[in-house]
Amino acid sequence: MNKGNFFSRLSGGMSKRFDGYRALDARSKRIWWGDFFVRNAIYIIIVLLVIYVQVYSMSGSFNNTFLSFKSIIDIVKRAGSSLFLALGVGGIIVLTGTDLSAGRIMGLTACLAASLLQNPVEEYASKMFPDLATPPIILILLLVMAFGGAVGALNGFCVAKFKLHPFIVTLATQLMLYGAVLMYVQLGTNGGGPISGLTEEYKNAVKGTVNVGGTAIPYYVFYAVLAAALMWFIWNRTTLGKNMYAVGANPEAANVSGVSVMTTTILVFMMAGILYGFSGFIEAARVGSNGPTTGVNAELDAIAACVIGGVSFTGGTGKISGIVTGVILLEIISVALQWLGVSSDLQYIIKGLIILVAVALDMRKYLAKK
Amino acid sequence: MGEYLLQMKHISKAFPGVQALDDVSLLVRPGTIHSLMGENGAGKSTLMKCLFGIYDKDSGEIILEGKPVKFASPKQAMENGVSMVHQELNQVHTRSVMENIWLGRFPKGITGVNHKKMYDDTRAIFNGLSISIDPGAVIGSLSVSQRQMVEIARAVSHHSKIIVFDEPTSSLTEDEVEHLFRIIFGLRDKGCGIIYISHRMSEILKISDDVTVMRDGRHVDTTPAAELSTDMIITRMVGRELTNVYPPKDNVPGEEILRVEGLSALYQNLRDVSFTLRRGEILGLAGLVGAGRTELLENLFGLATVKSGKIIKDGCVIRSRNSRQAKKNGFALLTEERRQTGIFGVLSIRENATIANLKSYKRYRLYISNKMMIKDTDWAIRALKIKTPGQSTRIRSLSGGNQQKVILSRWLLTEPDILLLDEPTRGIDVGAKYEIYQLMIDLAKRAKAVIMVSSELPELLGVSDRIIVMSGGRIAGEVEAGKTTQEEIMAMAAKYV
Repeated sequence: MNKGNFFSRLSGGMSKRFDGYRALDARSKRIWWGDFFVRNAIYIIIVLLVIYVQVYSMSGSFNNTFLSFKSIIDIVKRAGSSLFLALGVGGIIVLTGTDLSAGRIMGLTACLAASLLQNPVEEYASKMFPDLATPPIILILLLVMAFGGAVGALNGFCVAKFKLHPFIVTLATQLMLYGAVLMYVQLGTNGGGPISGLTEEYKNAVKGTVNVGGTAIPYYVFYAVLAAALMWFIWNRTTLGKNMYAVGANPEAANVSGVSVMTTTILVFMMAGILYGFSGFIEAARVGSNGPTTGVNAELDAIAACVIGGVSFTGGTGKISGIVTGVILLEIISVALQWLGVSSDLQYIIKGLIILVAVALDMRKYLAKK
Repeated sequence: MGEYLLQMKHISKAFPGVQALDDVSLLVRPGTIHSLMGENGAGKSTLMKCLFGIYDKDSGEIILEGKPVKFASPKQAMENGVSMVHQELNQVHTRSVMENIWLGRFPKGITGVNHKKMYDDTRAIFNGLSISIDPGAVIGSLSVSQRQMVEIARAVSHHSKIIVFDEPTSSLTEDEVEHLFRIIFGLRDKGCGIIYISHRMSEILKISDDVTVMRDGRHVDTTPAAELSTDMIITRMVGRELTNVYPPKDNVPGEEILRVEGLSALYQNLRDVSFTLRRGEILGLAGLVGAGRTELLENLFGLATVKSGKIIKDGCVIRSRNSRQAKKNGFALLTEERRQTGIFGVLSIRENATIANLKSYKRYRLYISNKMMIKDTDWAIRALKIKTPGQSTRIRSLSGGNQQKVILSRWLLTEPDILLLDEPTRGIDVGAKYEIYQLMIDLAKRAKAVIMVSSELPELLGVSDRIIVMSGGRIAGEVEAGKTTQEEIMAMAAKYV
């Protein structure tokens, strides 16, 4: 469970640990190294993969190598867009739950935002609601965040009040959301087609770029950084965050200690919903053309990132830094596999294997040593 | 075969940085009860884990009936006649009694598992032990004592020659303990070797033939129980003279702080309870398991629904509908099941100590000050003498006594007026017990009021000022701790059963 903080592990803990290491005898040193490899296996695999792809890309006839500025930016952009979901679902996993509705909430909010922020009918004939004057972007953003938050709160309420497993609750709500989005895209003049033709202001608010050292980095990457910072603050420095860990670690003890398990659960699910809503707002503009398939299965990637990042399904543990690391690692894997020209079909298999290995290694850390 | 049924000789086991066992020997004669004693962390469970193959011993040998053995797992040990009845019962709650007993070796017939044979075999074993439990009953529906019986039956079904009992009486009533002892004596008389682990001195002296005491991973000595007294065992366990098991009582009860009138619970068996509590007083709650002691605390603390009655604190009628309101009303509750409702195992000592008091660390109504949390945790570690490498250590890596101190500190930080302590010293060692008693008396001296539930009568007599005896959900009587006897309390406890 300590896996989370990748960076502090590399720098901070090392010097202190080194003194302890020198005090060990030969046998203990071997055990230490064995543990080291188990603890960091996932990172070691990734590093090997990166080296391999780098060598491969240098030997081939590519314009640039894998470890170039361009592909790093690519990874950062991809990570930025998928971070919101992982940040949301991470909190729910800390509560020993899971959320199958994340992708659907994102999909529906994406369609909502897109349909309300289309170009006026003069410029874009197939506007979904032709008579609707384009509302201010911020209003739509708040609307989709509120919508996501409401669905999340409903999930949380059912979990906390009726003591249902989040798996069941979110399985049900994601079905309902799918039905809702299928019906929604048939409203107005749309007739079930993709929703596109978004206003320039909207696209610009999401995809507009800032020039950092000669490279254009889109706004949504910065939003993701802000979201991560905000979530770090909530998880570590607020009562809600402390209560979340407590409820995840032992709900009964939390109740005795005066923590409202119900309020905490609802708030954590609501927070997640708000993040999904925000993610839908970003995704709609980022993709440009949206429909019922937007966001399908996105929650699975988010859950995988959390698990790789050390957020344990047994509850009560996990860090924001771990989630960020997990998201970045998943994207590194995807990009590296693309470089290698691995078919998208095979990519699924490899991703699945990596998740299995990551979780198995994570569990190994808790097994009692004989 | 020799004189001994089981010989564990010169067992050593080291973990990185700790010598958990250092040349420990344990020799068990057939047809005897051999008690194993020691403070928490003395190495009793490590020794047993080496016997059952959960740990690999570094050196030493284990000889069963004259043959050296080395078990790879508890399953293998059991198949070879070495069984254990655990403190925490490892059973499949949702399956039947007989399936639990024969799990992993169901009798098979032509059409799969032969349920009839399984039922009959279980019955036969139960009859042999004079246990009356339906073999078809679901484990989860049984009481702790019945589940323990099932565990013993399972050991018998393996024709076990050595049966280890780990704290078997810690959650049993007096009657159940008597029944358990009868079963244990029966097994002993059949020639089994019983290894008995317990913290309760009186029962150790009552039932044992031999007593082995361990301290700090070393074997102190093995003596026939007939030559021992409680004081001698304690001296050997702690390695020093412990002149007093209870600290001097120098608290003086003051004016009334709490008055409970006709309290009844809606869903629990708690009827018409009335009593008063004074500042600076330690009030003991005695009674058998199921007498309603825990229920009374839960009703006072808002964890259960009150049907009727009044709770008056400092002259005002109060109502706690949940633990948050109870906290605001100045109550604190240390629960009985430390692992289930007390600790947050995966969280650090700091998180565990501060969770009930987060409000007071808020700055600008926005964020929580880490500095203040660290300061308070520091205080807790020093004031309660919590033995820990640091604040960030996970609480589950501490010993039971230290975990209990952390939870106590959690409540002390909320500065309560009334502390409700449910079995505060269960499963913790003698040294830590003394410190917790001392802490209770110190709190009383600072004009706090303490209600302590305990199943250990000597403890109630030694620490309380006054004792209320409960029976069948009602109050059976009230006695002054200094002017009563265990017999008088036991008689009251059986009043409404």
